[in-house]
Amino acid sequence: MTRINVKVDGAMCSDDVEPRTLLVHYLREQLGKTGTVIGCDTSNCGACTVHLDGRSVKSCNVLAVQADGHEVTTIEGLATNGELHPVQKAFHECHALQCGFCTPGMIMQSVDLLNENSDPSEEEIRTGLEGNLCRCTGYHNIVKAVQQAADGAGSAAVASTSGGAS
Amino acid sequence: MIPAQFDYVAPSTVEEAVNALVEAGEDAKVLAGGQSLLPVLRMRLNVPSVVVDLCRIESLRGVRDDGDALVIGAMTTHSDVFHDPLVREHATLLTKAVEQLADPQVRHRGTFGGALAHADPAGDLGAPALALGASFVIAGSGGTRTVEADDFFEDLFTTAVQDGEILTEVRIPKYTGWGAHYEKFVRVAHQWPIVAVAAAVRVDGGTIAEARVGLTNMGSTPLRARAVESALVGQSATDEAVRGAAASAAEGTNPPSDLNGDADFRRHLATVLTRRAVLAAAGA
Ligand SMILES: Cc1cc2nc3c(=O)[nH]c(=O)nc-3n(C[C@H](O)[C@H](O)[C@H](O)COP(=O)(O)OP(=O)(O)OC[C@H]3O[C@@H](n4cnc5c(N)ncnc54)[C@H](O)[C@@H]3O)c2cc1C
Ligand code: FES
Ligand code: FES
Repeated sequence: MTRINVKVDGAMCSDDVEPRTLLVHYLREQLGKTGTVIGCDTSNCGACTVHLDGRSVKSCNVLAVQADGHEVTTIEGLATNGELHPVQKAFHECHALQCGFCTPGMIMQSVDLLNENSDPSEEEIRTGLEGNLCRCTGYHNIVKAVQQAADGAGSAAVASTSGGAS
Repeated sequence: MIPAQFDYVAPSTVEEAVNALVEAGEDAKVLAGGQSLLPVLRMRLNVPSVVVDLCRIESLRGVRDDGDALVIGAMTTHSDVFHDPLVREHATLLTKAVEQLADPQVRHRGTFGGALAHADPAGDLGAPALALGASFVIAGSGGTRTVEADDFFEDLFTTAVQDGEILTEVRIPKYTGWGAHYEKFVRVAHQWPIVAVAAAVRVDGGTIAEARVGLTNMGSTPLRARAVESALVGQSATDEAVRGAAASAAEGTNPPSDLNGDADFRRHLATVLTRRAVLAAAGA
């Protein structure tokens, strides 16, 4: 067992983990943060995306011990005082999900994308979400949601998009 | 899937890391960004007894200017290489290749040294590093040694880095003012290339004065397309001239056949992608 100290969604956590524990398993099983989900075995789907020191990572492809001394934000830490994050709100309003399984990862990656580029083009959104797979939506409304969040438009009309599925 | 059990150490100097590796013998594994190693451990394709994590060795991170070369620390992430102004100015080919490598999440963790040490024949950094004539600094218990690009890649997933050794940094000669392009052929998003071509050219008054071309996934290691390079020199940067030179891109290659395409298809791709890469690099 190795002792790790990690700040998760604002709270300091000090825990013993086996070195082989994946960050996603630590979050879900040891901390009970089941908002972050596991969608694949190959680190392809992006469903498990969280932020490590403010940058998006696939938490199934990071060891919990590698997060020692660092800060993790999960989908559960995005809202402030019960108020949804603008990207969460935009996903809700643009109907950017069907089954919702990809959504935690999609939202975390979208937040990262907008942190890096506050005014992305449709193409930049599609490439920025390249590492996140969705089996349901065809991506169209996800792109719209990111555009709406970028516009800071709240529930106002969503900018139209031209492309189809990515 | 979770990896089998292993002991974990995260030393803070290269010397301590080398000692930990030597002590553990051939069952030890170096961990960099983990973006290739962790999938391997999770599938239990490899079961190391000790994992030596390089993440606390600060001296292995970052890019520095060293006169006529850039020095890229092995632990510099793909994302940091992409954003680095020195790399963009003096080794644009790397900026272009790293931009297309994997996806943003993988680029935030995966490292320059890790990708090169992993030496996947479909990896996107080998051909650019080879084309640019990189040299690889390797630390072991006997001190450090430098291996030139032509000798670094030995076979599938095999480089000059031996058990008990660590790749510490990669020196890239400066190609200030050269044009560059990485042309990657994939079928679906965020995939490994079926074939890719790395091209850097120096154009002088419309004529190609110097050219360097590397091929990804056209054999068990990255390859230099030397026949193309020499055919390009002295040519004007036009579609017709470049098309002629690119026709020999598959010369001396030994591409794999798999579900994505057979060897003949890859040979064909190499000529087409070489033409595109060189024309884009030349700004034509
Ligand atoms: C979903 C996904 C998609 C990907 N797509 C691409 C792609 O399109 N193109 C591409 O090129 N790559 C791709 N990759 C792989 C990515 O480039 C990895 O970052 C890279 O191959 C390994 O770098 P790392 O730092 O993560 O190394 P690790 O995974 O930590 O290590 C890889 C191997 O190299 C050894 N090693 C690492 N660093 C050193 C060192 N300094 N000295 C000695 N040995 C060392 C390790 O022991 C291990 O054997 C993808 C990965 C994933 C998960
Ligand atoms: S569960 Fe992590 S990428 Fe699919
Ligand atoms: S909404 Fe079902 S996978 Fe995306």
